[in-house]
Amino acid sequence: MSDINQEKKSKWELVIGLEVHCQILSKSKLFSSSSTTFGEEPNANVSFIDCALPGVLPVPNKFCIEQAVKTGLALNGTINNVSYFDRKHYFYPDLPFGYQITQFYKPVMENGSLNIDLADGTAKVIHIERLHIEQDAGKLLHDHHPSKSFVDLNRAGVGLMEIVSSPDLRSKEEVATYLNNLRTLLRYLGTCDGNMEEGSMRCDINISVRKSGEPFRTRVEVKNVNSIRFIQQAIEFEFNQQVETWESGKEVIQETKLFNSSTGQTYSLRSKEDAGGYRYMRDPDLLPLKLDDSYIENIKNNLPELPHEKKIRFLQEYKLNNYEATLLTSEKEYADYFELAILKDNLEIRDAKNVASWITTNLFAFLNKDGIKITSSKISASRLGKLIDITENGLISGKIAKDVFEIMWSNNKDPEEIVNENNLQQITDTGEIESLIDAIIVNNQAKVLEIQSGKEKLLGWFVGQVMKESQGKANPDLVNSLLRKKILE
Amino acid sequence: MKILDLSIKEASDKLASKEISALELVQSYINSSEKANKLNIYITKTFDSAIEEAKKSDDRRSKNSSLSVLDGIPIGIKDIFLTKGVKTTNASKILENFIAPYESTVTSNLKNAGCISLGKLNLDEFAMGSTTLTSAFGPTINPWKTDDNKDRVPGGSSGGSSAGVSARSFLGALGTDTGGSIRQPAAFTGTVGMKPTYGVCSRYGIISFASSLDQAGPITRNVVDNAMLLNYIAGFDTKDSSMVPFNKPDYLGKIGQSIKGLRVGIPKEYNSESLSSCLKSYYKKVIDVLKTLGAEIVDISLPHTEYALPVYYIVASSEASSNYARFDGVKYGLKVEASELSDVYKNARSLGWGEEVKRRVLLGTFNLLEENYGRFLTAAKVRRLVTNDFIDSFKKIDVILTPTTTSEAFTLDNMPSNPMEIYLSDVFTVTSNLAGVPAISFPVGLGAEGLPLGMQLIGNYFAEDVLYQISHAIEQELQFNGISTFVKENNLS
Repeated sequence: MSDINQEKKSKWELVIGLEVHCQILSKSKLFSSSSTTFGEEPNANVSFIDCALPGVLPVPNKFCIEQAVKTGLALNGTINNVSYFDRKHYFYPDLPFGYQITQFYKPVMENGSLNIDLADGTAKVIHIERLHIEQDAGKLLHDHHPSKSFVDLNRAGVGLMEIVSSPDLRSKEEVATYLNNLRTLLRYLGTCDGNMEEGSMRCDINISVRKSGEPFRTRVEVKNVNSIRFIQQAIEFEFNQQVETWESGKEVIQETKLFNSSTGQTYSLRSKEDAGGYRYMRDPDLLPLKLDDSYIENIKNNLPELPHEKKIRFLQEYKLNNYEATLLTSEKEYADYFELAILKDNLEIRDAKNVASWITTNLFAFLNKDGIKITSSKISASRLGKLIDITENGLISGKIAKDVFEIMWSNNKDPEEIVNENNLQQITDTGEIESLIDAIIVNNQAKVLEIQSGKEKLLGWFVGQVMKESQGKANPDLVNSLLRKKILE
Repeated sequence: MKILDLSIKEASDKLASKEISALELVQSYINSSEKANKLNIYITKTFDSAIEEAKKSDDRRSKNSSLSVLDGIPIGIKDIFLTKGVKTTNASKILENFIAPYESTVTSNLKNAGCISLGKLNLDEFAMGSTTLTSAFGPTINPWKTDDNKDRVPGGSSGGSSAGVSARSFLGALGTDTGGSIRQPAAFTGTVGMKPTYGVCSRYGIISFASSLDQAGPITRNVVDNAMLLNYIAGFDTKDSSMVPFNKPDYLGKIGQSIKGLRVGIPKEYNSESLSSCLKSYYKKVIDVLKTLGAEIVDISLPHTEYALPVYYIVASSEASSNYARFDGVKYGLKVEASELSDVYKNARSLGWGEEVKRRVLLGTFNLLEENYGRFLTAAKVRRLVTNDFIDSFKKIDVILTPTTTSEAFTLDNMPSNPMEIYLSDVFTVTSNLAGVPAISFPVGLGAEGLPLGMQLIGNYFAEDVLYQISHAIEQELQFNGISTFVKENNLS
């Protein structure tokens, strides 16, 4: 790929729509009772239905449908009272029936939207055209035998929600934000774990470019990309290629491509299925999916607080800044921890900004270091609250608090107990501090004179010495004011 | 008394009174089946396990713990039903060695009632045909011969089932009916065949042909026997989500009740030119019998009948092409390894299937192509019109009487070269599959060549009991002697 000069590039705008396949969080598959557990031995989770034995019939999993409706409602969509299951036909060994059951003609949800938070702090509404329910396929294993391929049907028949956005996204950053926000929403709802590495969220990207103000130009579909980084790489590659194609006077052709993560390039997928299409047909084994208003209403009324709502509440109720509110609502578990940590035993509220700062700096650093989730944090929310309390009431200094935090992380003890055992209480006794100061002044007369002749910056050096002598336990404010008194007055 | 003369009802009574044993009964039918080898009724015989089951049945009876009135009754099963541990071939090379790992709901219902299967019965390959000539394992011969001693087909696709009942190889049989595959063979063999309302019998474990049309049903010697079997095979099944819960009546309940005042519709569209003169006169005769019994005869019109056949062939072939996509040589059945994936598919399907299945799968695939989707959609709409004809009619009448077929059984050697001619013979039976309503075929007498002829009663949804009531009343009046040429020649009565 030759360099396209920046000026040429800047005239072009990206136009992106996403089809995100989200594995429905459910113990069993969409039309059979087989387990959906990831990582089992090949073909351990395969029933007669999943391997398409003659005579088997699909039985819809009501929970999967409820999960899709829940997601559709959280995406502000219209849930159709009647939708249908259709068969999409193609031959491939990972598709045992020779067709995938999907919702082609009438999906369960239409006309939704997702608010995404852009980097500049503004929000953008991305229109969601449809959410439909469909089956996942199995997969082929090519590395078990030099000349044969094997089929693993564990994933075959697992329920998916395909969430199709309008071509509303204009940059790879917006795409990443959209995916992150969508993933957060799904995790809040508990309808998909959003785990891209395990393939529970996969993406088809529709990409085109245009000059601003133009109608849409021909789009290219890049199928089945499974990490946000790869998605961004694929978009960048396509953008450059399409701009170069148009700029050189050629036409971009509508086609389906795959992304190669080792080269960072997309390449054409020669599709045999194109001839004659997928022969979509209403599935005659399944009745129309009828959902009455009371069923939909009931799910709607039981929706949890959604990330966007929670963020607004955190901004208003706790006066957090945008960064903190965004970070603390990016996972439901963070928000839950935060809201527990700010609550005192007497149900009074701690200083929210202080709690937020403790979580987003110290706690996150330790979680990261140990590679554990906040739900298995070695310091509970209420203990962190207590630590903050004893810092605020002056029992320990802010500096010592960090040490106490580290001890808590390693031995799982109560902070006050740790302070007592290790004698870490802050020294607030004026006499004790004065005697430390006096000793230091005596030994550093030259520096005292320098300060007195106007070099006040050196006071800091004395503060440091006192703190060091007190092993960090002296109250720094007290040290400061006593030093000033003794040297300058 | 000859044991083979007993109907299911009579045999059941004699088993209950211990005049006969299940072992005796089953052994008699095994012997009778052996005599019928040349008719090619079975694809797989399970005589050894049948003997074992008969002993268990007698054992249960001796302990007064019989499973039902059907405990010990020998039956045959069309080889389209999956039967655990026994080969299920669908009369095709593609499934020649397929042993099912599970049992269909309908067959397990019968087995749970104590019925004893003697084996799996021949059919048209993948149930596609009206003759049983398309079976990969050779044709089944009709136990009825013409007066001049010519062989005929037993009808199809449930030809092994109809021939076996008519040849006294078992007391009753299971068939499936997608466009007439129970009723037409019943008509050709002088037996009674019921296609229940769509959704009365579970389709779980039956190899789907056209999912929206398929129904299982019994073929028996008489109406009472038929109702007895339906009593046990019918019922809501959560494994078939195209079913809805329904109140299952006692299908014997209305048998014997007067049919006085019941309204019988005679559709003008079914009195077609193609009807043989013999059938025309039987049609008239049955109408007269109904009048005598006090039924009210009402002239009706089912105006969309003429479109039913093309609609049927579009719907059935399209659904079949989709349902049969799973037969790809990858997972089970005939497998021919190849270096190219597409050749794995091609080999299994071109070597595994016969002409008729290929023809219909191609037709169905063609219908579903994007550019032809309008055709498929139109068929679905016209199907609704055909259905509405029935719904409207049943506001005014109780049942509809028509012939089952346009003629007597076809010859084996003189098949029409154009498959359309055979397709056209389904003209009277396909409508009830399209509409999902129940229909029964029962014998009314012998035609010009000495072969049996059948009449069909079509009922409202879930009105199988009314169909049994009326067909039983006609049966009693006509007193048709349903003993086939084969039974007479072999002294099986």
